[in-house]
Amino acid sequence: MNFYIVRKTLGWIVLFEGLFMLIPLITSIVYWESEFLVFLACMLICAGIGFLLTRGNSKKDTIFAKEGLVIVALSWIIMSLFGALPFIISGVIPNFVDAFFETVSGFTTTGSSILSSEQIEAMPKCIAIWRSFTHWIGGMGVLVFIMAFLPLSGARNMYIMKAESPGPTVGKLVPKVRLTAKILYTIYFLMTLTEFVLLLFGKVSPFEALNIAFSTAGTGGFAIRGDSMASTSAYIQVLVAIFMILFSINFNAYYFIARGRFKEAFFSEVKVFIAIVLLAIAGITLNLCLTGTQGYSVGEAIRHSLFTVSSLISTTGYVTVNYDLWPVFSKAIIIIIMFVGACAGSTGGGIKVSRIILLFKNSKREVGKLVHPNQVKSVMMDKKPVEEDTIRSILAFMVLYIVIFFISFLVVSIDVDSLESAFSAIAATINNVGPGLGMAGPTESFAFFSPLSKLVMCFDMLAGRLELFPMLALFNPYVWKRERVKKQ
Amino acid sequence: MNIIIVGCGRVGQTLAENLNNDGNDVTVVDLSPAKVKDVTDRVDVMGVIGNGATHSTLQEAGIKNADLFIAVTNSDELNLLCCMVAKKEGDCDTIARVKSPEYSAEAPYLKEQLGLAMVINPQLAAAEEIARVMRFPTAIKVEPFAKGKVSLIKFRLPSDSPLIGMSVVDVINKYRPEILLCSLERGDEAYIVNGSTTFKEKDLISLVSTPDKAHDFFKKINFKGNAVKDAVIAGGGNITHYLCSILEKSKIALTVIERDQKVCEELSSTYPKTNVILGDALNKELLFEEGISSADAFVALTNHDEDNILLSLFYKEEGQGKLFTKINRTDYGNVINKLDFDSVICPKNITSDIILRFVRASANTKGSNVETLYNVVDGKVEASEFLVKAGSPIIGIPLNKLTFKPNVLVAAITRDDKVIIPRGQDVIQENDFVVIVTKELSPSDITDVLD
Repeated sequence: MNFYIVRKTLGWIVLFEGLFMLIPLITSIVYWESEFLVFLACMLICAGIGFLLTRGNSKKDTIFAKEGLVIVALSWIIMSLFGALPFIISGVIPNFVDAFFETVSGFTTTGSSILSSEQIEAMPKCIAIWRSFTHWIGGMGVLVFIMAFLPLSGARNMYIMKAESPGPTVGKLVPKVRLTAKILYTIYFLMTLTEFVLLLFGKVSPFEALNIAFSTAGTGGFAIRGDSMASTSAYIQVLVAIFMILFSINFNAYYFIARGRFKEAFFSEVKVFIAIVLLAIAGITLNLCLTGTQGYSVGEAIRHSLFTVSSLISTTGYVTVNYDLWPVFSKAIIIIIMFVGACAGSTGGGIKVSRIILLFKNSKREVGKLVHPNQVKSVMMDKKPVEEDTIRSILAFMVLYIVIFFISFLVVSIDVDSLESAFSAIAATINNVGPGLGMAGPTESFAFFSPLSKLVMCFDMLAGRLELFPMLALFNPYVWKRERVKKQ
Repeated sequence: MNIIIVGCGRVGQTLAENLNNDGNDVTVVDLSPAKVKDVTDRVDVMGVIGNGATHSTLQEAGIKNADLFIAVTNSDELNLLCCMVAKKEGDCDTIARVKSPEYSAEAPYLKEQLGLAMVINPQLAAAEEIARVMRFPTAIKVEPFAKGKVSLIKFRLPSDSPLIGMSVVDVINKYRPEILLCSLERGDEAYIVNGSTTFKEKDLISLVSTPDKAHDFFKKINFKGNAVKDAVIAGGGNITHYLCSILEKSKIALTVIERDQKVCEELSSTYPKTNVILGDALNKELLFEEGISSADAFVALTNHDEDNILLSLFYKEEGQGKLFTKINRTDYGNVINKLDFDSVICPKNITSDIILRFVRASANTKGSNVETLYNVVDGKVEASEFLVKAGSPIIGIPLNKLTFKPNVLVAAITRDDKVIIPRGQDVIQENDFVVIVTKELSPSDITDVLD
């Protein structure tokens, strides 16, 4: 492996992270908070270490698939380590494992928190905005960001983009990787800005509007209120629900719309995603109204199910009501959509709709083969044959996903009281949702888990965000083999 | 520029890489997903899988916004069809690769009738290059600028040359040559020479001069190449075909060794003056029989790089003349360079150079244009010829007063019919053709070389 380019890229990550801390630094100046010094110290640490890592120059700047995977996996780990510094130094989360968990949860846009409602309310504003901002950075991916603004040499950056962007296949919008990254970030930025402005109309403070916008854009779920979104107005709730859905649609669709190519924008993944959302909302609303256990009016039932469904399928994890108390049928739908997740190429997590579609189509083909053993048939998506390699990779993804899920499930089950809690805690972290059910439910915190469980969940969150393969590549011994260059 | 390339074969890949390095937005199209993936993994271009002659595939590749369309698939007919569809679909220049001699002969007709900007034939271009060097046997490469008035000549320094150990300043003081030494290749590295550069054995040196002055210089340094009177060609493919047709009119006697009877018959009926031998070019006895050891030149043009390399190594042992080796795969260029072959001919690079030249010239709308572009050292050192138009900021200033970027050399100025090998006090005027040698710069305008 080319350690030089890995070190250099990691150095850039740390430098950029220091730059990102400008936002909480400015916040602390605006609100005149003493954490000003904390962020200044963290920025200096990032600048120093980043400078050391980026030193030196070598001609060996080629990135192959393995370098791409390792760069992405290590970047996210390093980013989370440095991102935890403000929490530890400021004393908001003094424990290292807790601070790391919180940061990983932030960058991976999970939104599971080890802080209780009271602690969240008492947090300094600059720490709160840092927490929300980690969602925004993590949503689109920090390496994609760096690619958009830094002229990293070599054309093989596509390996990095492929490893960091969610979805089974990652294509380009335009010939240049850099421009593709720029377009994606422009869409991301404009949508965040639109949401921010619309939120201001809902009479929330600009500070809260910014937090909500960051958190929704990355489909994260950290809130600055102790009760998440429960005490906000209906306007805010509906607005946030709509934006959560928008941010979990494949961003390519927006590019096509912006270019006036409407027919292409509604490809089958987007259609299926919208269909699942509508079905889930309808199912939960009917269930809530028919059982009547919560005493909601029809309007409330629609609003709560809309919000909960869009929050969980987009893997954001905001809550307006404690859905843990809902009837079992509704909870079953919630669990299912947590696994389905968002579209590929969005900021959301989960297995991804396109994978689910391809899995179904492939299974249908296999069933067809039982009847016609010699049948030859391609899996088609949007009228194009899907390569067998893609399908093979999705099948491997699913197996690994289940293996990681069950190992984590075993570890976490030591700490909790019910199967539901253990199962949903892992489902909530590996799918980057945030809150689960039972002890990991929407009104609880993850603080009580043992450090081992927290680290396992950190791995799950990272593996879930990066779609398993980059994290697993770290365990392949060949990857760590030093390249020997013949001296000339 | 937005460029679409149909066909991800050898030429397509090289083009995609070079055009992308030049800063163009490139989209490649091929029927084979594996080939497209191969290119998109290595080069920062977009890939589209599909038939480049279909409306839907071209739409997907963005033909509406394309400025240039290049068809380089394996089939001539498909390339022409692709260009026709592309021309109908989008408002862009089209370039088609045409391999077969029949179509190639009708290139002007095709260009006009199908509205093509260029018809390119890599094998013909390769044959032309071989023929040029055969006429100038001291060189291993000869590239004409300013319609042949100036040439860029590359030669390898022989081990008994008086130049060894001399610096560029020494050479100028001793011989007062009317040439400009411009670049040097040593091992994997390429340099633009300056006054203190010292020459070593086996260096590959490029110089710019008129052919006559270059001859004078070679005479002065005691570096003589015998004029080529006869040549043996191994392999009877398209390049051989074109080479025969070019050299038919010259006095060079050609012997072609080819394995396939039909090809032999066709060659001998088309070029009656050529001595066509039916047999395996790798047969040592046959090679000796046909006088390889006494031939003035040997051209290895079989279909396999390995065979060509083997034959060339053999010729270096047994033969005494000029050696030409065709190599299709250039990835191992550094190893090939170590073998000290005279002239390595690579059709895909020649094609890519010609198209790059076209792209740079048409991408440019400023004061001066790239007229000719020549890769002196693969991808590193380039010689570009510009036409200086009125209003260019370099007009009227002595060269030693201009601040150039590092590794830039003004190699020649052609004014009317006069060729000037420039020194510091020379001045560039309006309508001059200027040849500039650069390293890792790829200028698209003459002002690009100024600091």
